[in-house]
Amino acid sequence: MRTPLLLDIAADACSDRPAVGGRADGLDFAAYRARASRVAAWLAGKGKANTAFLGMNGDALPVLLFASGMAGTPFIPLNYRLADADLGKLVARTAPAVLVADDEMLARIAPVDGVELVARSDFEVEFLQGDVPEPVLLDEAENDIAVLLFTSGTTGEPKAAVLRHGNLTSYVMSTVEFLGADEDEAALVSVPSYHIAGISAILTAAYGGRRIVYLPAFTAEDWVATAAREGITHAMVVPTMLDRILDVMAATGEALPALRALSYGGGKMPEPVIARALAMLPHVAFVNAYGLTETSSTIALLGADDHRAAFASDDPVVRRRIASVGQPLPTLELEIRREDGSCCDIGEHGEIHVRGEQVSGEYLHKKAIADDGWFATNDAGWLDEGGYLFVEGRLDDVIVRGGENISPGEIEDVLRGFADIADCAVLGIPCEKWGEKVVAVIVSRSGAPDTGAMAATIKAKLRSTKTPEQWFVRDELPYNETGKLLRRILKAELAEEVCAG
Amino acid sequence: MELKPGSRWKSAVCDAQLVVVRPPSAAGELQCGGAPVLPIDDATAPGGDVSADFAEGVMIGKRYTDEASGIEVLGAKAGKGSLAFNGVAMTIKGAKPLPASD
Repeated sequence: MRTPLLLDIAADACSDRPAVGGRADGLDFAAYRARASRVAAWLAGKGKANTAFLGMNGDALPVLLFASGMAGTPFIPLNYRLADADLGKLVARTAPAVLVADDEMLARIAPVDGVELVARSDFEVEFLQGDVPEPVLLDEAENDIAVLLFTSGTTGEPKAAVLRHGNLTSYVMSTVEFLGADEDEAALVSVPSYHIAGISAILTAAYGGRRIVYLPAFTAEDWVATAAREGITHAMVVPTMLDRILDVMAATGEALPALRALSYGGGKMPEPVIARALAMLPHVAFVNAYGLTETSSTIALLGADDHRAAFASDDPVVRRRIASVGQPLPTLELEIRREDGSCCDIGEHGEIHVRGEQVSGEYLHKKAIADDGWFATNDAGWLDEGGYLFVEGRLDDVIVRGGENISPGEIEDVLRGFADIADCAVLGIPCEKWGEKVVAVIVSRSGAPDTGAMAATIKAKLRSTKTPEQWFVRDELPYNETGKLLRRILKAELAEEVCAG
Repeated sequence: MELKPGSRWKSAVCDAQLVVVRPPSAAGELQCGGAPVLPIDDATAPGGDVSADFAEGVMIGKRYTDEASGIEVLGAKAGKGSLAFNGVAMTIKGAKPLPASD
């Protein structure tokens, strides 16, 4: 099954429903499909294998994504935050391609054989403005690959994750009800196009019949103002965004009465932020989602009922589920495995493995999926007796202290329970005695953190070997723009400090 | 009748439109309102009567399955006829929708 089908059936069933953009000037589903089909015919005429995009969020993006699917060219969104040299290397890897790029970014791209540059302003004049054209009927394309997403490449050359039409449509159809959205629903998308959630948001919105509205780039002020103006009902945010959104709401008095559901993912959300969000937005259903690029987005969900149950419960087992990512989707299999491949017991930490149609587990020229379909996520985690999944972070981040494997996640969870902790990271720093030692980097609200009490609590709740031996206080921790904590950067900085000290 | 995943069909006797989500394990006939369905681009307008035995209707957004063959079909437009595979009525798949996560 191919991604353009999702738009096709929606456009046939509800052609005049708002689909993309503002209430005043957006596209309905018929116009969305018609414009995408014109772009597809243009792309097919170019005869390039790939379609690439370098730019901020906007209505051109979903039109180009569906057009790529119609034309049978993989869609490759590029990360505009990369340094020019790194960006240049990725552009070269898209060849032969048509590359639509924001006008301000054109100068950053050195000419590459086989890559035809198109200025976004020209593209928009040609394909997004003026009267809605008649749709072009194209033969169904045959290529399998819908999207290529470059990984962030923190450990080497970025890999191109392959998402096939079958993976993405399976994900959409198993998680969303076709036209299940009310006509007045609208989703605000602020994750960038080169993030898997930016791609899946387009597909799930089209199939669900929900209008999508874009923020070109995230600022909390714009987010709140746009949500209020456009009557936004649904949105996905990464942890670093939510706290800032709540600050703006508190400062402006905006209550966002239309908002119904907020999902968050892409990293650990500090519990005090969730508690604050639940208190300030009592009419909103909160969803925590966990997923990877290689799994076409979400594979586990903590729903609104779970959030309420956890916060209301005296049972520590239920209470701690607020820090979980909920239960795996019913349409896939999930196991926690030991290093020898055997399955972990309940509560035992291991590597998260998944299997299902939405799981691609594939990079260009390299399959990372086992012959039996299981994909090793490289994330550490465990399941509780209710089947709730706790994600501890990347396996590479596990601290090995004197032969003992220590997950930073469980220590960070204890720290986040302190009201004074605004943010924290626990890391392993090279040490002669133990190989690695546990250190904590904290952002304190008071500026005078009681690290002694924190250490005592960790020792009591976990054990002494998991208690940080050194504490560092920072004003903030380094994150990338999609909310991922940059542990390697922090670790490198600390290693220097520890050595220097 | 090649019932490939993603293939689109329409009822011959009502307004229902369908998408095959999962193919059947063996060849067979997809029917709506008691009559074989037609390819979506077939020019024939719906005509004839919905069979009284297959008149429960197709709902938009619902999924229908036939357990024996494994075929699964999405209601892409609603209609008065109901679905059958080789004469056996298909049943609605009662999956609870998940909350939006992206």
